[in-house]
Amino acid sequence: MDFPLELLINAIIAGVLLGGFYIAVTVGISISFGMLDIVNIAHPAFIILGSYLAYIVNSTFGLDPVLVGLLMLPVFYALGAAVYQIYYVSFEKRGQEALRGLAFFFGILFITEVGLILVFGVDYRYVDAPYIGPTLRFAFVDLPYRMLIPCVLSLLMLVVLQAFLSHTYIGRAIKAVSQDQGALALMAANPVAIKRIAFGISIATAALAGAFLVIIQPVEPSVGREYIGRVFAICVLGGLGSLPGTVIAAMLLGVVESITATFYGPSWAPAVAFGFLLLTLAFRPAGILGR
Amino acid sequence: MQSRTFILVTIAVAAAVFAVAQLVSNNYLFFAGYTVLQFVVLATAWNILGGYCGYVNFGSAAFFAVGAYSSVFLHKAYPLPVPALILVAGFIAGIVGFGMGYLTLRLRGSFFAIATLALAVVLQTLVTNWDFVGGSRGAYVIRPNTLDVFGYQIPYIEYLFLQMLVLATIAIATARTIERSRLGYGFATIRDDELAAEAAGVPTLRLKLIATTLSGALMGMAGAPFPYYLGFLQPQSAFALEYAVNSIAMPMIGGTGSWIGPLIGAVLLGTIQQVATVTISSAVNVLIVGVLLVAFVIIAPNGIVGFVQNLMRKGRP
Amino acid sequence: MTEPLLRIDQVGKRFGGFVALDGIVLDVAPGERLGLIGPNGSGKSTLVNCICGTLQNETGSVTFDGRKIDGLAAHQRTILGLARSFQLPRPFHSLSVADNLRIPLLYAVKARSGSHLSAGQLNDHCVEYLRLVGLDHKAAKLPRDLTQVEMRKLELARAIAAEPKLLIADESMAGLSHSEIEDILKLLVALSERGITIILIEHIMSAVMSFSQRLVVLVSGKKIADGKPDEVVRNPEVEKAYLG
Repeated sequence: MDFPLELLINAIIAGVLLGGFYIAVTVGISISFGMLDIVNIAHPAFIILGSYLAYIVNSTFGLDPVLVGLLMLPVFYALGAAVYQIYYVSFEKRGQEALRGLAFFFGILFITEVGLILVFGVDYRYVDAPYIGPTLRFAFVDLPYRMLIPCVLSLLMLVVLQAFLSHTYIGRAIKAVSQDQGALALMAANPVAIKRIAFGISIATAALAGAFLVIIQPVEPSVGREYIGRVFAICVLGGLGSLPGTVIAAMLLGVVESITATFYGPSWAPAVAFGFLLLTLAFRPAGILGR
Repeated sequence: MQSRTFILVTIAVAAAVFAVAQLVSNNYLFFAGYTVLQFVVLATAWNILGGYCGYVNFGSAAFFAVGAYSSVFLHKAYPLPVPALILVAGFIAGIVGFGMGYLTLRLRGSFFAIATLALAVVLQTLVTNWDFVGGSRGAYVIRPNTLDVFGYQIPYIEYLFLQMLVLATIAIATARTIERSRLGYGFATIRDDELAAEAAGVPTLRLKLIATTLSGALMGMAGAPFPYYLGFLQPQSAFALEYAVNSIAMPMIGGTGSWIGPLIGAVLLGTIQQVATVTISSAVNVLIVGVLLVAFVIIAPNGIVGFVQNLMRKGRP
Repeated sequence: MTEPLLRIDQVGKRFGGFVALDGIVLDVAPGERLGLIGPNGSGKSTLVNCICGTLQNETGSVTFDGRKIDGLAAHQRTILGLARSFQLPRPFHSLSVADNLRIPLLYAVKARSGSHLSAGQLNDHCVEYLRLVGLDHKAAKLPRDLTQVEMRKLELARAIAAEPKLLIADESMAGLSHSEIEDILKLLVALSERGITIILIEHIMSAVMSFSQRLVVLVSGKKIADGKPDEVVRNPEVEKAYLG
């Protein structure tokens, strides 16, 4: 029997590239859920929004989608800060985040998806860029550029964020607020303002993640829902708030999904992430590198 | 009002509803009414875990679909009358609820909510790949047009409507009985302060498991007649997002504190949606539900019931 | 020598790298009135949490009434007869003041005796416990309508309503006036005379000294003194811990 070694190796490599992209998708949740304890299940909705914005600007002006993503960073940051302000005033302050806060984000997820359906319909949308199409080849190994570039840029984004969190005042304040709000307040830093900045950053990452997404695959409004499971699976598996853990978990998920899709067919792929999530929650909720 | 009296009153009201429906005798009303009653069950069931215990379930569609697909499975393997299907569905969905609760309820409430999202997708993927119940192509359920009852020919839809009416009555009676009972007090402490509840002797894990099992079972029962209602079942219809949104929106808009809220929310929103689907479009109507949910959750967190209670309190001198 | 009601044997607890409790050894005899003091952050609340099951100790073991309770959930320990009040009151805010007391009666007491208290008897018990702390006139109110002081009293009453063998009162007197402190002390002494073992955790030294038969001092997760109150306060290490 001819064991499809080449197929397996390509599946693994595709999985690693995919995993790299998954880092970009998850890093926002690592901040909002992992560090700020805000269960923003609407995060994928912001990513899809980013994808559609990249699509619109790209198809109208021909601008490179990554560039669009970068330009959208301040816009999404402001959006995130505004959403957090509403969340804080309506729920966190009143101690209602367990029930009503969750319902709020669920509502946003829902409204975004249905809104996109109404405006754009359910057709797949895709972007055009010179690197979508060509593939880098090493012997029998395929490295499609449309996957390689988002993967590399995602890792870059992670490195930048990690540096920001460790070496800037605001970054360290964000880490502090995730551990002990009271102590931060005593240091005369305003925890609410810090959390607002952090949440803004988390949504800003969605702008780039969305651009990467539409480079990798065509999007339609319900794609966001598949990512809810992936995002939380990676975040929980990696240990809440641990950025290095996110890398490992993202790669792991990417590889397993890729192998499953290659050998068992793509219709099983969504179950992989969510299955991971359920298993992790059931047996090791602290994650691989959890604190 | 004593529990027994309440149950009698609910039965009387249900009987009255059915009698009125018979008098009007418009088939469309039965179809629309079935959907509204279905939501009454879903909203009431959701609220037992969500409103009473404070644990959000995003995967109502999963339990609903478990009920629907257990009916499809039995229809193909071993046909049973609809009431029996409802019981089987309730049993299976209850086990699913228990299982999921056992795996995730020892963690924080937010983890449970996320796990429920995961459950819906995993189950949908499993069902889509399961050819015996039709997979992604769907399954046809042939049902008669009329039913022979004591020599009278009753339209099948009226039969289904009646079943759902009975189920809604059971759901509401269950919810209210829980509210007034020792169990209801226990649920309230879990919602208010789980740590303090444990310290006061409340077996929180056990109670939460009861809530998930009961809630899941009721949702499954609501799903059991669904394939017979449609005549055809596809994963997209069974797992439709509108079930997840409506199960959450209806109790939260109606008011999560008691059995009245989900009922009001379901009747109000359900009716609005039936009208909107016909006059505007189904996508817009579902959008309206989402917008209302967000608006109410921010502005009127205690729902319509809470709003009215506030008015009454301020009205008093 | 009677068996201790509570035996804490080399109990340790860490939070990450931080050692909150370091090999605590403590016996509490039945009917004893024990005072537990220590500077803020010394581990008193962590110790209470480990005894009561809110947290699980990593090392050592806790034995209550002759039975090892490590690994038991908090509610099971309450049913066995261990009750505590929280330092920061944690009332059930959607339930009335009376209903707050109904909970331990419905759950802890009922599970223990398996008896069926009628609705009337339940109400009577609730009112009785409210009267003990002077809150019976507020029975129908919600916790958010209470003052800070009244919330502390409710917190203590809820622990008492669990009808425990051992009651741990965690800083129930903070913010109370002199006469209110006297009232609480009288209440605790009355409970003690009924045979209930009491551990009093307090910063108000006059109260601790007058109430305790024995005094234990915790500093930085370690027990540094254990003995008669007069002797303990004269202990130079204790003085150092408090005066720096």
